[in-house]
Amino acid sequence: MMAQTLYDKLWDAHVVDVTQDGRCLIYIDRHLIHEVTSPQAFNGIELAQRQLWRRDSILAVSDHNVPTKDRDGGIKDPVSRTQVETLNQNCHKHNLTEFAMHDERQGIVHIIGPEQGITVPGMTIVCGDSHTSTHGALGALAFGIGTSEVEHVLVTQCLILKKSKNFLINVTGDLDQAVSAKDLILKIIGLIGTAGGTGYTIEFAGDTITSLSIEGRMTICNMAIEAGARTGLVAVDNKTIDYVEGRPFAPKSDLWDKARAYWNTLKSDQSAVFDKSITVDATKIKPQVTWGTSPEMVVSIDGKVPSPSNAENSTKAASMEHALSYMGLEPGTAITDIKLDKVFLGSCTNSRIEDLRAAAEIVKGKKVAKNIKLAMVVPGSGLVKRQAEKEGIDKIFQSAGFEWRSPGCSMCLGMNEDQLQPKERCASTSNRNFEGRQGKEGRTHLASPAMVAAAAINGHFVDII
Amino acid sequence: MKPFEKFTGTTLPIDRANIDTDTIIPKQYLKSVKKTGFGPNLFDDWRYLTTGEPGQDHSKRKLNPEFIMNDPMYKEPSILLARDNFGCGSSREHAVWAIMDYGIKAVIAPSFADIFYNNSLKNGLLPIIATAIDMDSLFIKSMEISGYSLTIDLVKQRVVDTDNFSLSYDIDEFSKYSLLEGLDDIGITLKLKEKILNFEKEYRKKAPWFFDQF
Repeated sequence: MMAQTLYDKLWDAHVVDVTQDGRCLIYIDRHLIHEVTSPQAFNGIELAQRQLWRRDSILAVSDHNVPTKDRDGGIKDPVSRTQVETLNQNCHKHNLTEFAMHDERQGIVHIIGPEQGITVPGMTIVCGDSHTSTHGALGALAFGIGTSEVEHVLVTQCLILKKSKNFLINVTGDLDQAVSAKDLILKIIGLIGTAGGTGYTIEFAGDTITSLSIEGRMTICNMAIEAGARTGLVAVDNKTIDYVEGRPFAPKSDLWDKARAYWNTLKSDQSAVFDKSITVDATKIKPQVTWGTSPEMVVSIDGKVPSPSNAENSTKAASMEHALSYMGLEPGTAITDIKLDKVFLGSCTNSRIEDLRAAAEIVKGKKVAKNIKLAMVVPGSGLVKRQAEKEGIDKIFQSAGFEWRSPGCSMCLGMNEDQLQPKERCASTSNRNFEGRQGKEGRTHLASPAMVAAAAINGHFVDII
Repeated sequence: MKPFEKFTGTTLPIDRANIDTDTIIPKQYLKSVKKTGFGPNLFDDWRYLTTGEPGQDHSKRKLNPEFIMNDPMYKEPSILLARDNFGCGSSREHAVWAIMDYGIKAVIAPSFADIFYNNSLKNGLLPIIATAIDMDSLFIKSMEISGYSLTIDLVKQRVVDTDNFSLSYDIDEFSKYSLLEGLDDIGITLKLKEKILNFEKEYRKKAPWFFDQF
């Protein structure tokens, strides 16, 4: 048998049918749904009088619209409330499992899947959310879909897909202790660009990746989409198996042994051929901060805001001009001279317990700088929040002047009240620095939890090495 | 989905690379539970000088005179021209709904983000990949000629203007057929119901831990 990549193996295990032009009907094991991209799908099903295929493949949660404070007061914005209530009603009507807003297991969909053992290795996992790539860290084939595809999966348990190409990103060497998985993925996006992975599934491999915790690998795969790839993957190893074992929905006893034996095969064969591959030297990577309006517009902490005059072509130069003007920055400004107004620690990229611990380590015993109007921590789930409180992390943040909030997507995209005001500048652990992402005219700088914590204390970015 | 028919329409050139779906339709409008009504909020942050909210009368908001969509030269366009990596970022299909609700039937760009490309096809919006050189000619013409229009033919996979411009584009056979017939993918897949059931039966034996958890 021909040597296969991990992606080839996962794909082959789920092919229901192959059409003449090479498209495949792919079986979907797990469907995560949330309030923003599902209502129109349920409506479509109703209009066409169709049925759901397999209710036990679905987990629902509201995360995008939920308030992160005063949750007992309910959702104030009536439009947001309607959307969350619509999800509740659809779950009730179709008898679906939902972690509702007041359930302690509620949180960001990509945090709670792995946390609960609801997403496990070997699965095909979809969700109407581009950051579904996160789950690939467990050796699962996971990708974001649009609402039409949500409806398609609800009714048929399948998707019509064309196989993407294989892209290997091999990362070797030790990361500096101040450099995290977030810095690594930002660096990679800077290298290959936001369309560098378009049409590909990226497998992240190499000793640097295997040294990362599962949480760190999730941060990496989460942002594969920011490099254009719908799917990011990391091979299964003992860390993966240990991570999954004992989680509430993970297989137990006999099933566990069977599952584990299968999961251990989920890695690329040694002689597998990739359509494209690059090697990245991790030892040279410094903490990263984005300066512009695309995640590829990123530099090291000791760098400067670049000049459009050095751009490779006129389209790039024009994009840089726009970005500089939007961000209110001058070329040549040292990254450490960028003063901030707000700090956001959260999102499906960086709101797991490991992220909060790394940030708390920096914040401990210090105070948020006077120029920071708001510093907030939004844990990824109710259980992350509880764990952090057990460890006293909430107290560390609160005594430093951070707000300690309830779980949700929050200011990563500002669908709830957590938003930037025009021209406010924010250090954020989230994944997108697009124009208006965190609020109209808001200015986002993406960085790691440790960097964002240090920026909160100093009021500007600082070299944490 | 309505069948895609050959049409002639005017162009709207937005000369930017990496236009993301947050820009195409900002987050506050994603709270709707419908597929329609997003047109007035297409490119909302670029189009208006004030922040908009769902449900308000957008015709009363102050327009940004510097944004090309507000230039009377580009009234009621049906073809959008853009640069590389159009539709990157969030998977929100609302971006496609907003573009279509505004009256756009085709987007021509040198490259598209995968999820956006896919979402377009599911809704009858035709994404056309053109070379950078063809894009340059289209941008120049669209910016210089008032009411510059193109005819888009899906059967022949061609784009032409009334002068001497023409380009051919690729599209996979399945998507082409679905667009031309206005077919619903779900209907097509449900014809394979027996195959899916058989697969599921075998698969359940191989990987029982994926089933019956909830």
